[in-house]
Amino acid sequence: MALELFTVGAPIADTKAPMDVPIGERWSERRFRAKLVNPANRRKLTVIVVGTGLAGGAAAATLGEAGYKVKSFWYQDSPRRAHSVAAQGGINAAKNYRNDGDSVHRLFYDTVKGGDFRARENNVHRLAEVSAAIIDQCVAQGVPFAREYGGLLDNRSFGGTQVSRTFYARGQTGQQLLYGAYQALERQMAAGSVEQFARTEMLDLIVVDGKARGIVARNLITGEISTHFADAVVLATGGYSNVFYLSTNAKGSNATAIWRAHKRGALFANPCYTQIHPTCIPVHGEYQSKLTLMSESLRNDGRVWVPKERGDTRDPREIPEDERDYYLERIYPSFGNLVPRDIASRQAKNVCDEGRGVGPNGLGVYLDFAEATERLGRPAIEAKYGNLFDMYAQITGEDPYEVPMRIYPAVHYTMGGLWVDYDLQSTIPGLFVIGEANFSDHGANRLGASALMQGLADGYFVLPNTINDYLAAGPFEKVDPQHPAAVEALEGVRAQSERLLSINGTRTTASFHRELGRLMFDLCGMERSEESLRKALDRIPEIRQEFWTNVKVPGELGRFNQSLEHAGRVADFIELAELMCVDALHRNESCGGHFRAESQTPEGEALRDDENYAYVAAWEWTPEGAPPVLHKEALEFEYVHLAQRSYK
Amino acid sequence: MNLKLRVWRQRSAAEKGKMVTYQVADVSPDMSFLEMLDVLNEQLILDGEDPVSFDHDCREGICGSCGVMINGRAHGNGLFDSHPQTATCQLHMRSFKDGDTIDVEPWRATAFPLIKDLAVDRSALDRIIQAGGYISAPTGTAPEAHSILVAKKDSDAAFDAATCIGCGACVAACPNASSMLFTSSKVVHLGLMPQGQPERDDRVVNMIHQQDLEGFGGCTNIGECSASCPKGISMENISRLNHDLLGALRAGARPKS
Repeated sequence: MALELFTVGAPIADTKAPMDVPIGERWSERRFRAKLVNPANRRKLTVIVVGTGLAGGAAAATLGEAGYKVKSFWYQDSPRRAHSVAAQGGINAAKNYRNDGDSVHRLFYDTVKGGDFRARENNVHRLAEVSAAIIDQCVAQGVPFAREYGGLLDNRSFGGTQVSRTFYARGQTGQQLLYGAYQALERQMAAGSVEQFARTEMLDLIVVDGKARGIVARNLITGEISTHFADAVVLATGGYSNVFYLSTNAKGSNATAIWRAHKRGALFANPCYTQIHPTCIPVHGEYQSKLTLMSESLRNDGRVWVPKERGDTRDPREIPEDERDYYLERIYPSFGNLVPRDIASRQAKNVCDEGRGVGPNGLGVYLDFAEATERLGRPAIEAKYGNLFDMYAQITGEDPYEVPMRIYPAVHYTMGGLWVDYDLQSTIPGLFVIGEANFSDHGANRLGASALMQGLADGYFVLPNTINDYLAAGPFEKVDPQHPAAVEALEGVRAQSERLLSINGTRTTASFHRELGRLMFDLCGMERSEESLRKALDRIPEIRQEFWTNVKVPGELGRFNQSLEHAGRVADFIELAELMCVDALHRNESCGGHFRAESQTPEGEALRDDENYAYVAAWEWTPEGAPPVLHKEALEFEYVHLAQRSYK
Repeated sequence: MNLKLRVWRQRSAAEKGKMVTYQVADVSPDMSFLEMLDVLNEQLILDGEDPVSFDHDCREGICGSCGVMINGRAHGNGLFDSHPQTATCQLHMRSFKDGDTIDVEPWRATAFPLIKDLAVDRSALDRIIQAGGYISAPTGTAPEAHSILVAKKDSDAAFDAATCIGCGACVAACPNASSMLFTSSKVVHLGLMPQGQPERDDRVVNMIHQQDLEGFGGCTNIGECSASCPKGISMENISRLNHDLLGALRAGARPKS
């Protein structure tokens, strides 16, 4: 590996999980050993929580209930808008209500295997352990999960597993779970334990004496930039899929909070692990602003196929059965259409690369419900997938009850994120990172219905327990706005915003974002190679250079200015893209969502290199000009035997 | 296609606003309404003009951020027979014709102060939720999920009410700027679940009280709300709310000060 791209620093390790007890006892043992904070002292301690999705909303509400003084920040107008709201399919939990052999151990095993052995066993086991309590909590809040006639909860199956452990609320599970957390949060706001900062975007982290002590944030309505202080800071700001411009994330989803924290010293783990979701509506034009996911649950009843012959442009309904290639069922007879997301996506790319793709630009495959409709009847299909079919019809103008849907993979989720230990604390003491913003539970590939599980596990059950151990040493010495670290951070944010507004070049922020996104999708997307990544690494610094000399950002700093918000986010995406490519290039193996062309089996499956890459790559930021520093956390597999994934 | 847009421009609540006309060329029928506004904004930025501010986020009809009056209709719902009720982001330009003139205005309601152009402040809706739109279930206190049985018909009806995305179209469409459809959707969602019973009376009384304090108007059963709702929330919820409210008041429930 060329030395100029990065240097290797000291290894890191999680020191919080109690390794002297068996894995099934580590979480309760950790809670026992962690210091507690007496209820009377909690009101003297302030915690900033940034983001109000499943992780942030749940954490802020729970910390507020526990008696801490919480300050909750979000960039949207209401906490209910956080992008968790768009999750469709469901949430996993090891309840074994189907009596089909599920257990905590099986959920743990499936998640470690699904993540292609690049996740930390301890964290995944804990996730599986708390999964059942999440369902209990959400039901108590009144989340209207799907039920059977007897009044019991219904389950469905999902990709990467052979049990039915997914709880759902029609195709709007994320929305309903988020509203549960949102309502709990609003209740705490009414009670006065959570202070609200709506339409306020975190733009920097304030670190004092090595500890995270506050944030710099901009009020998006008035444009005022101000500092906010606390004893601990929790980032729950989601993933960074919008590096790719077109993704299934909300337009406003961004990496700024975690990227600024990274630049303040938090290590960034596995940035190249991105998930390309197989069932999205294909791209249809240059002006397109986002991609829409169709829940993976559709693969339960829909059958994926392309014509056997390349360039077959017949109406799909006129292509006879024996001229169709149900390629997932053919290649993976035991999992069929329910193979994990990374595999389903890459096979879609492969058949399209062979020229057998369908739709106007050949970048699509069919997802066909004809057989399921005949077997179950149209009412059953409507009940299960009605809203997804409606959404598809609205966007494409085609009726999926009549014509097979066309789908194509799109960037959907980022498994990488800020490095955290078992307590979900980053490498900056007092900075905790939860939900998609951290890296901890999904390894190199996330299984369906596991993002909601992780967000709520972190927010309701993990962080509120582990953060006490840190806060027990507080309250820390008061930091006032005149502290040099606070002034420096505030002035830095102001200077960057003023600089963006003053360039007055000839290109819009969106044009840079589109260019970056296309480059990343082509060169650091579903398949990466040394050649493609080196090309990306040559080009990204040029894009950055041009952005900072030729972007045109209208408006003023001291007003509502959506152009300025977008420009600041894109500036950070450009820097993050470079680190993603460095990480992807250094990891000369394929694993999960990271597929290196150089590392595949003769059948074209991802080929891991456990001898050299069974570690978490945690990157340290270095000031401009110096290459990032790689810190390795070795991954040990005590309970799940390292094996080549097989879904055949 | 080529379109003429007349867009409400207002720099802030303190300044006066007006309709401003723009031409947008080469609009593709596959664009969403917001993508068409993106195209206008890129053009405005390059021309050195101030782009139009509007709220948006998920662009798949679920977050509730977007929402504008299109030719006088909230989200454009009701303008097109063939188009199902949606949020603005799910309205596609194939619904319009070449040469159309389209008026684009913000939600207008006393309880939704204007921020800039098409963006308004809907935090009043959050404060209605704060007044009682929840079930008090602190984290960790929950019983085993299957210890609570919910009849499927109740669970399904609760879900239908719970799909409200809080966009505010009901308020914008109502001649009285009433938020009854929004409030009732939460009252009914929680009121249909066994878990929601202990707080049912207080919930409806407090949420209605807060709705009045925020300056929303009263409901006179006009039905523009439901006809404009991107989720098709039924007016039956308002009847159920009124039923709950009467029962609660008769039982002695009164709003918290």
